Amino acid sequence: MNVALVSRIVPVQLRESRRAHHMVERSMVVYRRGWVMIVSGFFEPLFYLLSIRVGAGKLVGDLDVGGQMVDYATFVAPALLAASAMNGAVIDSTFNVFHKLRYAKTYDAVLATPMTPGDIALGEIAWALIRGVIYATTFAVVIVVMGLADSPWIVAAVPIAVLIGFAFAGVGMAVTTYMRGWADFEFVFLATMPMFLFSGSFFPLSRYPHALRVIVQLTPLYHGVELERAAASGRFGAGSFVDAAYLLALGAVGLVVAARRIERLLRP
Amino acid sequence: MTTPMPLRIFEHQLVAYRRLWRGTVVVSFAQPVLFLLAFGVGIGALIDEDVAASRRIGDVPYLAFVAPGLLASACMVTATVESTWPVMSAIKWSRQYHGMLASPLTSTDLVHGQVLWIAFRSMITAVAVGLVLIFPDDTRSVGLFGSVLAGVLTGLAFGVPITAWTASVDRENLFFGLQRFVVTPMYLFAGAMFPISQLPRPFRAIAYVTPLYHGVELSRGFALGTIDSAAFVHVAVLSAFVVVGYLWARRTYPRRLSP
Repeated sequence: MNVALVSRIVPVQLRESRRAHHMVERSMVVYRRGWVMIVSGFFEPLFYLLSIRVGAGKLVGDLDVGGQMVDYATFVAPALLAASAMNGAVIDSTFNVFHKLRYAKTYDAVLATPMTPGDIALGEIAWALIRGVIYATTFAVVIVVMGLADSPWIVAAVPIAVLIGFAFAGVGMAVTTYMRGWADFEFVFLATMPMFLFSGSFFPLSRYPHALRVIVQLTPLYHGVELERAAASGRFGAGSFVDAAYLLALGAVGLVVAARRIERLLRP
Repeated sequence: MTTPMPLRIFEHQLVAYRRLWRGTVVVSFAQPVLFLLAFGVGIGALIDEDVAASRRIGDVPYLAFVAPGLLASACMVTATVESTWPVMSAIKWSRQYHGMLASPLTSTDLVHGQVLWIAFRSMITAVAVGLVLIFPDDTRSVGLFGSVLAGVLTGLAFGVPITAWTASVDRENLFFGLQRFVVTPMYLFAGAMFPISQLPRPFRAIAYVTPLYHGVELSRGFALGTIDSAAFVHVAVLSAFVVVGYLWARRTYPRRLSP
């Protein structure tokens, strides 16, 4: 299970975490009323992919990606899946966490029980990942139904999306503990929006000016996009390990920082 | 002479906006600029290499094609935001409207003030995007003035009916539905990113009746200097949305706010 895996990777800060599943249970109870929104999440990728197929795809035609001609919608689809995993995780771990931290005081109440800050950090990230699985699965189904995946490896798209979600949820939560007010959320958009547009999602890396290429390769979403593309085409390579390691490390660091900061903020 | 009532409401909005405008810069300004870079420059480079594709968008660089479309779309997004959450807040959460109605202001004044506000916010967005479009050679033109006006009209065609609707509903969850099933599909399919002649025939018919299609065509006509008599149709359709929305708001506001 995710929770067990995560705590093995970052044992030091989260040693005392025993009850993270209660946090997840709480979220499930809250979201019992919000399932319509989760279901309607199916339409968002459908609209985007249809638009690219009939619109930009027809204008762009086929793309030369590493010597292979690829239909434009096929090129973009896995990138959109990666971006949606990022967006879902970021919204969950920033807006929702901030609200609970500063306004609803949910975590104060949680800490009045035997639960620890580590439980909160783990539980919240685990819940973000569970939602991520739901979204990524619907997205992957849309991709398959539209015939945009060439390989049975597309099943790996869901766990990869979870990995992307883990990386961004970890960082998002850590960053959220430093936020002073809602106005700071602008920076969240300022970080995710350019990544969404410029992580090799809509045009191949070779199209960027040389200096920008390095910056693009440093962004976490780029590595997520690369992994999802490898899954959709079935062409994993040595670079895939680097991509996965980068995302895993990022999420782990975020998780440790988040747990420490919540401790400092809520335990006087 | 006393200040007309709707202007007083506008002034109230302006005072609040002076403290809050920073939070709207990203949505109103940074987002369209980044989209311009990604779509106009990035994807544009892929499209402009292809002669057949260039012909389909009227033998202009893709950046020149998509920019006025994004201007109109940005106004749609701004106006939609301004006529959902803040209106619901004024009715339900902060209850500003109730405070205003306790003064000599009437619900009709509130509607007028809101219409003014939507026009103002759409204009800020349109001008901001228009200013950016002065820089690239492909998009610089006198016609941008017309595009800004088209943007304001587009914003009103969305904002006024949506305001009326907001005043008639009770659950703010519906706003996510509006975003997901009305605004986003229009952004993606109503001609901002690609000519709607590429859509299958039945969908083209749907695109024709959306306000965004007419706003985009009008804005693009001005920017590219290709405007013709069809512009009257576009203005008429957009105005119809504004007028119907206005009459509707005149009914839903008093009904919702009467004690």
